Amino acid sequence: METFFLALAELADPAIILIVFAGVSAGLFVGAMPGLTATMALAVLLPFTFTLTPLYGLVALGAVYMGAIYGGSFAAILVNTPGTPSSIATAFEGYPLSKQGRALEAISVATVASAIGGIAGVLFLLFLSPPLAKLSLRFGPSEYFWVAMLGLTLIASLSEGSLMKGLLGGAIGMMLGTIGVAPIGGETRFTFGMPVMQGGVEMIVALIGLFVLPELYNMAAQGRTALGEVTVDSKEKASFWSVVVRVFSKPGNLIRSCIIGEIVAIIPGAGGNIANLVAYNEAKRASRHPERFGTGVIDGLVATESSNNVTVAGSMVPLLTLGIPGAPPDAVILGVLLLHGLRPGIELFTTSGVLTYAFIVSMGLAALAMVPVGLLGGRLIYRIIFRTPYYFLVPTIGLATILGTFALRNSISDVIIMLILGTAGYLFKQIGIHPPPIVLGLILGSIAEVGYVQAMLGGAAYNYPILRLFENSLSWVLIVMVVFSAAWPFLMGVYRRMQLRRGSKENEK
Amino acid sequence: MSSKSNRLYQMVFVYLCLVAFILVVMPAAATAEYPEKPISYIISFNPGGESDVTARLQESHLEKFLGVPVNVSHKPGGGGAVAWSEFQRTAKPDGYTIIGVNIPHIIGQPMLRKDAGYETNGFELIMWFHFTPNALIVSKESPHKTLEDFLAYAKKNPKAATVGGSGSFSANHLETLRMERAAGVQVTYVPHTGTGPVIPALLGGHLTGAMGYSMLGVQYKDQLRVLAVAADERVESLPDAPTFKELGYDIVGGAFRGVAAPKGTPPEIVAKLANAYSETNKIIAEKQRQLGFVMTYATGKDAYALVDRMKKNYEGILQEIADQKKKQ
Repeated sequence: METFFLALAELADPAIILIVFAGVSAGLFVGAMPGLTATMALAVLLPFTFTLTPLYGLVALGAVYMGAIYGGSFAAILVNTPGTPSSIATAFEGYPLSKQGRALEAISVATVASAIGGIAGVLFLLFLSPPLAKLSLRFGPSEYFWVAMLGLTLIASLSEGSLMKGLLGGAIGMMLGTIGVAPIGGETRFTFGMPVMQGGVEMIVALIGLFVLPELYNMAAQGRTALGEVTVDSKEKASFWSVVVRVFSKPGNLIRSCIIGEIVAIIPGAGGNIANLVAYNEAKRASRHPERFGTGVIDGLVATESSNNVTVAGSMVPLLTLGIPGAPPDAVILGVLLLHGLRPGIELFTTSGVLTYAFIVSMGLAALAMVPVGLLGGRLIYRIIFRTPYYFLVPTIGLATILGTFALRNSISDVIIMLILGTAGYLFKQIGIHPPPIVLGLILGSIAEVGYVQAMLGGAAYNYPILRLFENSLSWVLIVMVVFSAAWPFLMGVYRRMQLRRGSKENEK
Repeated sequence: MSSKSNRLYQMVFVYLCLVAFILVVMPAAATAEYPEKPISYIISFNPGGESDVTARLQESHLEKFLGVPVNVSHKPGGGGAVAWSEFQRTAKPDGYTIIGVNIPHIIGQPMLRKDAGYETNGFELIMWFHFTPNALIVSKESPHKTLEDFLAYAKKNPKAATVGGSGSFSANHLETLRMERAAGVQVTYVPHTGTGPVIPALLGGHLTGAMGYSMLGVQYKDQLRVLAVAADERVESLPDAPTFKELGYDIVGGAFRGVAAPKGTPPEIVAKLANAYSETNKIIAEKQRQLGFVMTYATGKDAYALVDRMKKNYEGILQEIADQKKKQ
C-alpha cells in the first residue's frame, strides 16, 4: 500500500501532467488518421524514451496509446472510416448520428465512454491482475480456434440485409488472409510469382481500402461532403453533462462492454480490434430494439468505445505480470521495459513497484485527459470536416490514406493493394456485400488457421489429432458460446414469429 | 528586336554557366567524403522485435560515428523476404541505403521458397554484430529438469513432446530438427508467428518445451528453465545453463543479426560503415549482453566466412527438406 501512495506522489509532478496531455493529444491525432496506428506511434516514440527517465518514458507511451485508441473514433464518426481497427463498430452508429446532424453529440458520447473504458482497464489492471493473468494462459491453440469461430458468428449480426451476402463477405476476407507466407509451415501461397506478395494483405491495409475508398467514391460521385447539410434544433443540442448522464443511465451496457473488453484484452494477440466488434454485437443482442442498431444508437457507440479503451490498460495484465504482450502495441512497451532493465513479473510490482504503479495510474490520468482534449479537438476536427467542401475534402483524405498506407510498412505495393481492394469494395457494396464481414474474415481467418494447425500438430501423437480441439474445459465453454451465438438470430426469429402469431390471435379475439 | 535577342543571349549565357557549374561541381560532389546525407537503415521485421530494438540502440551511436542522421524504417512481411527482395531489386549501391540481415533466414528462404525474390549472396555484407544462440527451454513447472529427462521422455513417446518455436524453417525449427537427429528422438515442432506467442503457450502448458533464443532464459528467469544452449560456450548471462556440447550433442546454432549494403557498394564505403557499426557494438555491448545476446564482430572476409560456415551446418537438413517438398 505504501508503494502505491509513493507512486501517487511521483505523479504529482507538473512534467508528468504535461506529458500526459501532450501524449494524449499526439495519440489522438495518430488515431484519427487512417493508417497511422498505435503500434507505429509507440515505435516512433521509442528512441525518445531512452533520453527520458523510465517513468516519463512509460507515461508518454501509455498516454499516446490511450489517445490513439480513442482518436480512431473521430474518423469513424465523422467520415465513416475507422481510424484504427479498434473503432470499426464505432462507424456503424457514429456515422448515422453524424448524418442526422448529431456529430458533436456522438463525439461527446465516444469521449465519455472512452474515458470510462480507460479507467475501467486501469482498475482491472490494479486489482485483478493475478487471476486474469492465469486465465490468459489457459488460451492455447484450440481455444484460439474456438475464439475465431465465435468471432465468425458475429457476421450474422454485422451483415446488413442478407446473411448469405454477409457470409460471402466473410469468406472473401478469409481468402484474402491466405495470401502470402503461411503463418504455419512457411509455404508461400497465392503470390502469383511476385516476391512482394510474400507480405500478404495486411489487415490495416484492407481496412483502409475497404472502408475509406468506397466512402470517398461516394462523396465524389454524389458531390457532397461527408456530413450533409442538416439543421439541428438548438434545443436538441446535447450538453456535455446530459451526455454524461445518458452514458451512465445504462450501467448494464457499460459494465458488460468493459468486461468483454478486458477478457478480449488478456487473450494475447487480440486487442481492441476484436473487442469493439464483440461488445457491439452483445449490446445489440441485449438491446430491446436490436433492429434500430445501425441507425445511430447511443448504446452501440458506448459499447464499442468503452470496450476498446479497456484494452489499453487491460492488455497490460499479461504484459506486466508475465511479460506477454496482450496486444500488438504492448510489444513496444515490453521492449522499453527490458531496455530499462525492468523485467516483467513479481519484481515489477515489488522492487520497482513505485514506478509500475505510477505508470498504471498515469494511464488513468490519460483517460481523464481525453475528456478536455477530445472535446476541444473533436469540435475542431468537426468544424474542419463540416466546413471543407467535398472537392477539397476528398483529395485530402485520399492523399492521407495513401500516405498512411505507405507509412505502415514503407511499401508502395501496400498502396496498390489498398487501391485495388477499395475499388473492389466499392463494387461489392453496390451488390450488398459490406466491408465489416470482409475485414472480420481477414482478422479471424489467420487466428483460426494458426489455432487449428497448432492444435493438430499438438495432437500428432493421438490417433485422431482433431480430438485435441475438444480436450480442455475452456474449449467447451467456448464451443457452447459458439453454438449459442450462431443459433441466436434463428431463435430470435422463431420467438418473434410466435409473438406475432400470438398478437394476431389476440387481435382476432 | 535587339533587346529581345540580347535577352536570349543572356539566358543562354546563364544556362551555359549553370551547365558548367554542374559539370565542375558534380564530380567534386561524387568524390566528396562519404557520408554526406542521411542514411536509411531498413529493418525487415516488426517494431518491438529483437532486430528493431537493436537498431534503436545503435541509431544514436551510428549518427555520432558517421556524422549524418541514420533513419530506421520498417518493412516487415514474409519473414523478412519482402524487404530483402525489394532491397536487392531496387536499392542503389551508394551506401545510403542499408538493411538488417539475419542468418539463417537469408540462407533458408531462397533455398526453400520457389520465389523468395532474393539470393543469399546478393548482399554486400557489412557486419554480423550479434548472435542469439538457440536454447531448449521448458516451463519452471515442467517435470523435465535436465536435457536427459526431456530426451528420455521424447524417446519413450514418439511425437508426443511438442516443441514450440518461432516460424517454419527458421533457426528454431532447424535446430529442433538437428536435435532430433543428434539424439535419435521424434518430437513435434509447433511453429508460432514469432517468439512472443511461444511464451504464453509454454507457460500455459500447451507445449512440452520450446526451442527459443537464449534471451528468453534471461527475460523470463522466474518462469522458464533453460535445459541446454546451442552455443560453443556458456552464455554469460545464463551461467547455470549447460551447452548441448557439454552434454554430448554437437549442436551449435541460432540467429546472427547483421547489416548489409546493396551488391556493388564501393569497398571503402562498406569499410567505413563496418567501422561505425563495430564501434557502436562496443558501446552497446554491455546492455545487450545483460539481455542474453552474444556480441560478434564479423566484418569483411569474416562476415562471408560466417555465412559459409552456417550454410554448411544447415545444408544437410535444408536439402532434406527441399527434397521432401519436391516429392510432395
